[in-house]
Amino acid sequence: MSQSVVKEFTKGLWTEIPPFRLVLGLCPILAVTKSVENSIGMGLACVFVFVFSNFLVSLLRNIIPSKVRIAGYIIIIATFVTVVELVMQAYTYPLFLKLGIFIPLIVVNCIALGRAEAFACKNPPLASIADGLGMGIGYTISLCVVGALRESLGNGTLLGHQVFGPDFQPFRFMLEAPGAFICLGLVLCIMNLFGKK
Amino acid sequence: MREMINMVVVLTLLSAFSGGLLAAVRTGTKDKIEEQVLKFQKAPAIRQILSDVSNDPLQDRFKLMDKEQELTFFVGKHDGKVDTVTFETTGKGFGGDIGVMVGVNIESDKIVGVCVTTHSETPGIGSRAKDDPKFAAQFAGMTMDKNFATKKDGGDIDAMSGATVTSRGVAVAAQQAQDIYKRLKPEIQKQAAQMAK
Repeated sequence: MSQSVVKEFTKGLWTEIPPFRLVLGLCPILAVTKSVENSIGMGLACVFVFVFSNFLVSLLRNIIPSKVRIAGYIIIIATFVTVVELVMQAYTYPLFLKLGIFIPLIVVNCIALGRAEAFACKNPPLASIADGLGMGIGYTISLCVVGALRESLGNGTLLGHQVFGPDFQPFRFMLEAPGAFICLGLVLCIMNLFGKK
Repeated sequence: MREMINMVVVLTLLSAFSGGLLAAVRTGTKDKIEEQVLKFQKAPAIRQILSDVSNDPLQDRFKLMDKEQELTFFVGKHDGKVDTVTFETTGKGFGGDIGVMVGVNIESDKIVGVCVTTHSETPGIGSRAKDDPKFAAQFAGMTMDKNFATKKDGGDIDAMSGATVTSRGVAVAAQQAQDIYKRLKPEIQKQAAQMAK
């Protein structure tokens, strides 16, 4: 039993990592990864939402009628996103301002609804929590990888600290939207090289 | 029929749970959020207007009821004497409400300065209300009985070129400040006298 729960958790970290294998949740990767700090903040907010919404959807999987299941899942996901938003406003206000509109947009993050529909509604609560946790942490890692790439090349810093020498000319393109696409594509390419057989 | 009732009941209960949870979280975080907003959004504006006071306006503050709204007044002291108060009003801008912090000298009834706190105006156009010091500077020194409307509307305020709606919004906020000040002047003076002790 516990063996399979661990398996549900670890698949989100590599074999089924959301942005690069399931190709879900790409929008925040492009928008929020200008700095590693923002990436971590967004990632942790997502972990909270995925875990709790998966848990609740799984608990109620036999109660929510099939015809209104999407409406039900959205209510659940939106509730937890609003909780995260209020908590961030109260305790991490500057980060809240920096992430701006992308916190409420977690509601329509395909990973949240995707895992609810594909997994949590068919599996017991513990496995669903593991799935949400794995997907969330895998997502946070993905956000940080792209964030590190964009911040170090585009700004010369990582988490605000200079990483290259003073003569480093920042590649500002990396901080813009096209640069984000290219970073995402490159990481996806590298993952495909190493992942597939 | 049975199926329909089931759907309605489940969704209603789910929504009720969601509403209850969110109301609870909101109540729990309300004070903390107010503190954060004060620290990060109002404080810079207050400090800019009351730049040469001898006290800490954030600490020396009092609240008054105006009709049904609670307003916070931040007090500024010069040479130990309480002579300025700042408070925030709002006006309708292009993209939503514009928050304006207005500083008034209560002895001369003159505006000490205004500073835009929050806005959703167009970057580069309406946002100049906050970023361009020249627009806000014209308010300083105006007495509280001037007509706070744009010159186009027959008043004394120079609007920003290309940002008429935003300018009007700030003017409306200033006009509101004038009304509030006139209505609450006796109370303000009473509180100010108490603060001086």
